[in-house]
Amino acid sequence: MSLRNNRGVALASTAALLLLAGISLAFFWVPDDVDQGFSQRIFYIHVPVALTAYACFGWGAWKALRLLWTGEVRYDLESYTAVHMGVIFGILTLVTGSIWARISWGVWWSWGERQLVLFLVLFLFYSAYFMLRYSTEPGPRRERMSAVYALFGVVLIPVSFLAIRLAEGFIHPTVFTRDGPQMAGSMFFVFCVCFAGTLALAGALYANELLGKRVDASLRELEEARA
Amino acid sequence: MTTAEKYVTAAYLVVLAVVLLYVVIYAFKLARLEREVLRLARLAAERREAGEAPRVEPAEPVRTSI
Amino acid sequence: MTYFGDVAALARKDLLLELRSRDTLPAMLLFVVSTLVVFHFALPADSSDVAAGGLLWVAIVFTALLGLTRAFAAEREQRLLDGLVLAPCDRSAIWLAKGASVMAFLLLAEAVALPAFALFFAPVDVTLVAAVLLADIGIAAVGTLLAAMAAASRARELLLPLLFLPLAIPVIVGGVGATVADEPARYLGFLALYDLLFAILSWASFEYVVTE
Repeated sequence: MSLRNNRGVALASTAALLLLAGISLAFFWVPDDVDQGFSQRIFYIHVPVALTAYACFGWGAWKALRLLWTGEVRYDLESYTAVHMGVIFGILTLVTGSIWARISWGVWWSWGERQLVLFLVLFLFYSAYFMLRYSTEPGPRRERMSAVYALFGVVLIPVSFLAIRLAEGFIHPTVFTRDGPQMAGSMFFVFCVCFAGTLALAGALYANELLGKRVDASLRELEEARA
Repeated sequence: MTTAEKYVTAAYLVVLAVVLLYVVIYAFKLARLEREVLRLARLAAERREAGEAPRVEPAEPVRTSI
Repeated sequence: MTYFGDVAALARKDLLLELRSRDTLPAMLLFVVSTLVVFHFALPADSSDVAAGGLLWVAIVFTALLGLTRAFAAEREQRLLDGLVLAPCDRSAIWLAKGASVMAFLLLAEAVALPAFALFFAPVDVTLVAAVLLADIGIAAVGTLLAAMAAASRARELLLPLLFLPLAIPVIVGGVGATVADEPARYLGFLALYDLLFAILSWASFEYVVTE
């Protein structure tokens, strides 16, 4: 188990560069959207953050699967950290999405905004993940239960999305719509830069937090060995 | 600044704020880890000097990892 | 013993236990009827039957939660779960048996709830019954697994609703859609999809949840 943080450093530097470049481009270079005007620029932070959250949950589920498959303890910490990152970016998605709804339609929340509703459901689900971990004694059982729950989460993502779409069949339809971005090439480029940046940011936070958790675990082992 | 510009800037600033908040929380955690390491190092040094050291209760309750 | 022999034996044990102690099922029956009465007072005067139909599903989900909280209670109290796990049967048989008995309780509770709903609010049609049956499968499948997880934790009664409700949202959407929407078939199909996906997932992962 390596305690050097090369990956963390590399990811953090990459994230800093990409996000600085991406945000500058989003504010100063990319042209205004034809329909929405200046406010469309939230897109360049909102959607990358949302996609990164999905990536984190997927990564957590992958590590969970590896845990159940091989039983190696390190996957538990990796899965847990990935879910933690997913929740942080999920909260960011909800907040930036809410701000975007405010600009677009004057309301802080819209049940018609499927992505937002999906993230709300996922936020509730993964918050319960932490409740589960917190109220169970540490050990192989907790690791396995957390892994199973993380897998359930990843299956829940498409099922919930389908449910939310179906729910529009009987829930009072909202009049708000937002045209999907017909992106000019320059807009797509800026989006990609920002997306890569948020992924790198998530990776950097992940690597750092994982290292911290491993040090914590080592310390606890030391404590127990000594006592 | 127009209203739209204010909101857009607010959205980006929120992201920055959350990341910085994370950094602050993490800094506290690292400080705790360092205290633990120093304490254990000190105890290890004392034990080496004393030969057979008596058992010492942990100063901080060993936190259940979450 | 064969796999299904194990399942049958375990399920029979649970049902016999309930028959003798009679604590879970009467509570569920009373709870669901009380909830329906509360809904009458909770719905403003000009609410439609459609709103009541939606609330029926809330009643079903929360009654299910009540039953699920008790699902592993007996095992917990006498630490029988460890014994069951040590038994020479496939762990997933435990899940199937426990899920079957949860399903039985749910069906019995709904046998009372649906007539009560028809009496208090609006008639019940075949689509609604079909939706209830499909939803029960999903609730029992996922709920049994989550109940086993919660049973292993310190905050059991608090934890189970937190784990269960986000996963119950698609079931509610399917159920309410089948009850009130114009094309119930889509929602019934969705419920069937949910059942398939999560039953397989629960069946496959149950052994990881109960072993030490």
